[in-house]
This record gives sequence, C-alpha cells and structure tokens, in this order.
Amino acid sequence: MNNLDVMLLVALVASAVITVMTARLLHSAIALALTSAVLTILMFRLNAPLAGVFELSVCAGLIPAILISTISLTRRLTPEALETRRKELLRRFWYLPVIVLLAGIALALVRVPLDFPAPPPAAVGSVREVLWNLRHLDLVGQIVILLGGAFGVAVLVKEAKDG
Amino acid sequence: MDSQTASLFSIFLSGVLLTLIAGFYCILTSTNLIRVLIGLEVLTKGVMLLIIVAGSIVGRMALAQALAITMIIIEVAVIVVAVGIVLCVHKYSGSVDTRLLRNIKG
Amino acid sequence: MLPLFILAPLAVLLLFNLPMHRPTQRPTWWAALLLSVSQAVGVTVAPVSFWGQSTVLERFFAFGLTMDGLSRVLLLTIGLVVAAALLVGRQTVTMRDRQGGFTSLVVIAMIGMNGTVLLSDLFSLYVFIEITSVSSFVLVAMNRDPDGLEGAFKYLILSAVATILMIGSVALLLLVSGSTGFGAVASALKGSGHAAIPRIAVGAFVCGLLIKGGLVPFHGWLPAAYSAAPAPVSVLLAGVATKASGIYALVRLTTSVFTSSASLNETLLLVGTVSIVVGAVAALTQTDMKRLLAYSSISQVGYIVLGLGCGSELGIAGAVFHLFNHAVFKSLLFVNSAAVERRLGTTDMNRMGGLGSRMPLTSITSAIATLSTAGIPPLAGFWSKLIIVLALWRGQHYAYAGIAVLFSVVTLAYLLGMHRRVFFGKTPQELLEIREADWGLVLPAVALAVITVAVGLLIPLVFNTFLLPVGGIL
Repeated sequence: MNNLDVMLLVALVASAVITVMTARLLHSAIALALTSAVLTILMFRLNAPLAGVFELSVCAGLIPAILISTISLTRRLTPEALETRRKELLRRFWYLPVIVLLAGIALALVRVPLDFPAPPPAAVGSVREVLWNLRHLDLVGQIVILLGGAFGVAVLVKEAKDG
Repeated sequence: MDSQTASLFSIFLSGVLLTLIAGFYCILTSTNLIRVLIGLEVLTKGVMLLIIVAGSIVGRMALAQALAITMIIIEVAVIVVAVGIVLCVHKYSGSVDTRLLRNIKG
Repeated sequence: MLPLFILAPLAVLLLFNLPMHRPTQRPTWWAALLLSVSQAVGVTVAPVSFWGQSTVLERFFAFGLTMDGLSRVLLLTIGLVVAAALLVGRQTVTMRDRQGGFTSLVVIAMIGMNGTVLLSDLFSLYVFIEITSVSSFVLVAMNRDPDGLEGAFKYLILSAVATILMIGSVALLLLVSGSTGFGAVASALKGSGHAAIPRIAVGAFVCGLLIKGGLVPFHGWLPAAYSAAPAPVSVLLAGVATKASGIYALVRLTTSVFTSSASLNETLLLVGTVSIVVGAVAALTQTDMKRLLAYSSISQVGYIVLGLGCGSELGIAGAVFHLFNHAVFKSLLFVNSAAVERRLGTTDMNRMGGLGSRMPLTSITSAIATLSTAGIPPLAGFWSKLIIVLALWRGQHYAYAGIAVLFSVVTLAYLLGMHRRVFFGKTPQELLEIREADWGLVLPAVALAVITVAVGLLIPLVFNTFLLPVGGIL
C-alpha cells in the first residue's frame, strides 16, 4: 500500500516541477491538469472520494480551460523567438529540480516530531451530507464569493458607457 | 501519535513541502503573469493535499472533504478575478510581462 | 439576530440586482447606505445582549455566530467606513455603468467583514477574509487604469500567499485538535505544550495575517494598492478592509486561541515597532498624497499591533480603541484626498498649494484628522496612543514605549508637512479657480471629524461603554 502512495507523491512533485519548468504556457496549463489528476488519485486513496471528484472536474477541467483560453487571448507576438525563450527559461528555471532534489533528500532524513496528544475521537463519524448541516456559514460564504467573482468579472470586462 | 502514522505523515508532509517549494519558486521567478497564476494553483494543490492528509490521520474525513470543496470553490473565484485583471492588463498594454509591472516601486 | 448582519446585505445584493433593466443603481446605492448607517447606529444604541438573542433566524441558519465587545466595536467601524466610502463613491465613480457594480462589490466586502468579526471558526475565518479580499481586488482594479491593475495584481498575489499560509496552518491545527472551531483549537493548543507542529502552525497563521494586514516586512502590496485605487476604494481599504480582516483576526486569535506563547507577544512587539518606524520614515519622503497616507497607515497599524503585543488588558483595549480611531481619522484623510483629487485631478503634492482658503471645510477636517493621528489632546487619537504607551510602560517595555512616543512626533511632522504643502502657501496659477468639494465629499468628512472630536471629548463615556467590555475579553 505504502509504496504506491510514495510513487504517487513522487509523480505529484514531478508533475508540479514540470508545470513550473516548461517553456510554453500551453504545456504548463496541461501539466497543471495532470498534477490535479495525480492529486485526485491520491485523494481517492486517502478515502476522500467526493473531494476527489470535485478536484478532478474543477481543477483538472474548469481551471485549465480558463487558463488556456486566457493564454490564447494573450498570445505573445513573437512565435519565432521561441527557441531563445526556451533557452532563457531553462537557464533561469534549472535551479528548481536541483532545489527539489536536495530538499527531498533533506526531508527524507528529518523525522517530523508528532509529540502532541492525539485529538479526541470523532463525535460525528457519519456521511458528508450530514456534515453539511454543521457548516452553513461556509455555504453562505461560498455563495457570496461566487457572486463576488461574477460581479468582479462584470465590472472588469464590461465596456463602460459614460454617464 | 504512534510511529507508523508519524512516518506516514512525514512522507506526505515531504511531498506537500516539495510541491509548495515548486509553487513558490514559480511565483518568484516568473516573467509572465499567467505563469504566476499557475504557480498559485500549484501552491493550492499542495495545501489541499495537506488538509486531506491531516483529516485522514485524525479520522475527520467528512470535515476535511468539506473544507477541501470550499477551498476549491474559493480558488475558482480568485482565479476568475485574476484572469480578469490579466486580460485588462493585456488590453491596456498589449503584453503580460511582469517586468512591466515593476515600474511602480512598491 | 446575528445572522442578520450577513443576511441583510446579502438580501439587498440579490434584491437589487435581480431586475434585468438598468434603473436600479440609485436605489441600490440608497439601500446600501441605509444598511451601513443603520448598522453603525444599531450597534451603538442596542447592547450586545439585544443582538445576541435567539430568533427564528437561528433555527434556519445555524451559523454559530457570537458577538462580544470587540465585535461590537468592529461592526460600528465597518458601518461607518462603508457609509463614508459609499458617499465618496457616489461623487467619484462617474461611469454610470460602474456605479451598480461598485455598490454591489462594496456590499459584498461588507458581508465578508461582518462575517469575519462574528464567527468563531478558523476555516470560516479564512472564507470570509477571502470574500473581503476578492471584492477588494476588483475594487482596486475598477477603473482599469495601469496603476490600479498593477496594484490589484500585487495585492492578489500576496494575499493568495497569505491564504496558503493560513490554510496550511488550519490543516496542521486540524491534525492537532481534530476541529477548526476556536474553542477546540484553543484547548488543544493548551494541552500540547511545546510541541513543534502546533507552534509552526500558529506562526504560519500569524504570518498570513500580518501579510493581510500590511505589516512590515510584508507590506509590499499596500502602498501600490492604496494609492492606485480609486478614491472611494482607498477609503474602504484603509479604513476598514484590512483592519476588519487581518488585524481583527490577529486580536481575536491572540486573545482567545493562540494564548500560549510569550514568544508570540515578543514577535508582535517587534513587528509593530518596525512597522511604526518604516511607515513613518517612508512617509516623510513621499510627494504623492495617497502614497503618503498609505505609509502612514502602515505606521498606525504598527501602533495597534504594539498594543496587542503587550498582552495585558490595557494593551488590548488600547489596541482596539486605536483601531477604531485609525479607521475614523484615516478614512477622513482619504476622503479629503478624494475631495482634493476630484477638484484638481491629481494627487501630486508638488502641484498643490494654498487650497486652505478655497476648500475651507476640507482643510479644517484634514487638520482635525492630522492632529488626531499625531495624538494631540483632546482628540481621540491622543487617548488611544496614551493607553498603548501606558500599557507598554506597565509591561516594562520601556524602549518600545519610547519609540512609540518618539514616532508620534515624526507622525506629526509628516502629516503637518502634507497639510502645509496642500493647504497653506501660495496657490499655483492653475488652481485659482478651485472651489470647495461637493456635499457628497464634505458630508462624510465633517461627520468623521465630528466623531473623532466627540470621542476625544467624551472619553469617560467611551471608556465605560466600549473599552472596558473589550478589555474584559482576556
């Protein structure tokens, strides 16, 4: 069991590094979707199916779609300079895998001290839906923030008429 | 906290920290606004994994999933607004280079 | 009754935005103004017990909200500053189409702030702080000018980093306590002693809040955002949006949840002092009016955090009092700068001068705000600074007290300098035609000035009804 988890974690970190390092933004967005997919698998293995489904549909679907449409709308005007850009990006970004490798080795040697008392066992061990009755405030908050996003986009994008 | 859960948590925590390092690196060294947003996304993935792992160890999966879903929704709103700002920047100056933004000293 | 603070603005928002045809903007504005003014008045007049009573609302909406003296002061502040921002916005948001969006976003920010000060759960705290932040991002970028867009983007990125820190902390605290409510986390933290993970979690959360509150060394976004934002948004941001979210959360958490460590207090004292110094020194060199006020805000928030770091009842009462006072006089200063900007079209102080005789009300209210900020008796700012310095002295932090007093003088220096450059001296040729600002910009200025004078003069009454209950939260 544990070996699979470790491999998934390595895959997650690797795809995160790829997301950061690729030269073309489009590849970066696709790699982001891939990272979300790996995270979804991890969530399923950790017994969080509903969150996993949400993550897959939103972070591996909706958000990369938004990012890709933004990327296509703001296309750089120098397609032939891609080679020089790639070299420049590689020069700047090659630090990252080195840092990640070193940090990974360091973390593998360090043991996390978990010397605090464990919390009391769960009083509510039931299904998610029941829990939603306890977090009304967060629900209202989500509705409000979605409204905020909607108004925000309306304000930013709409053409203004003088008044 | 027994040692088996401790080692499990250590492994997952390492994964989370490495992901966070990648995300922070991306934000700090990007020259394109959209890449900065992608770095932000990577950071969010990291902490979301941390929440799920914490919930799994403590046995509060229902709560952790609720928190994760709320986080995803808020993240969507933030990204949508950020993309709106980036599009406005592009409309105004024709480019999304972060070096243009450094003009005004903070 | 408490869900009303969240549901009423939400109802206004939905009600006035549903009809599809255009002419809903003026009614929306009036409704929002009515909402904020009635919040300010209602919270002052009715005691906490009135608002805390159980009604049919609680049966349907199990929000788990609580209100105490601290929340009450914050709700009053929120109502006042939102009303001021709306009044300023009516005059300065000229694009007819944007008025509706502006009002709606301000109402959304108000929902976020009201929720923040009433809740008692760490994760909900994050949710509602985000609501305020998201609406603030859009408000800063509202005019779509390059400065505003840049300020908004910087604010967004730094705020998102703070969010990451806060959520990471919530995850670790979930591991320690099995819950996210204030009470459960507090008792778990008490029981965990000096373990590493809880302390890292607390540190991360505090760092996140310091970023949101704009304290040194995390203040990078603040001058850009405050000065580039449209005038009413600056009023809202400086007056209450960062205070009601970041600083209030800091106060609430250090008193009720993170009480364990002395190192936390030490950190707060240090951060507060550095903020005071950096903000004041930077303000001395500014030539742009709004940027000067932004650095002044950083400095004043340093005082609040300094009072918080004392850890004593007196210190916390002083900190909260200064939070209220700062909201009043800083909003007043930004309203004045909005008036000047509206008439002159610029905030560059090198091009100003001699406006005192031409904009008398603006000049007088600005003078009152300047004196209150610098801590001159008998205005309100003097009392809150006095309380903070007293708390520092009693806690034997003599060096910090000395710095606080010294930089009060520096505050007076740069604010008087600003006042002199704008309102005294010779008037440049092109400004000879300037008249006083419209009623929409003068009314909030006069109201806020009256408040700061009244609070200063009525200090015994204020002390008994507002401050002692706040101090009692320890």
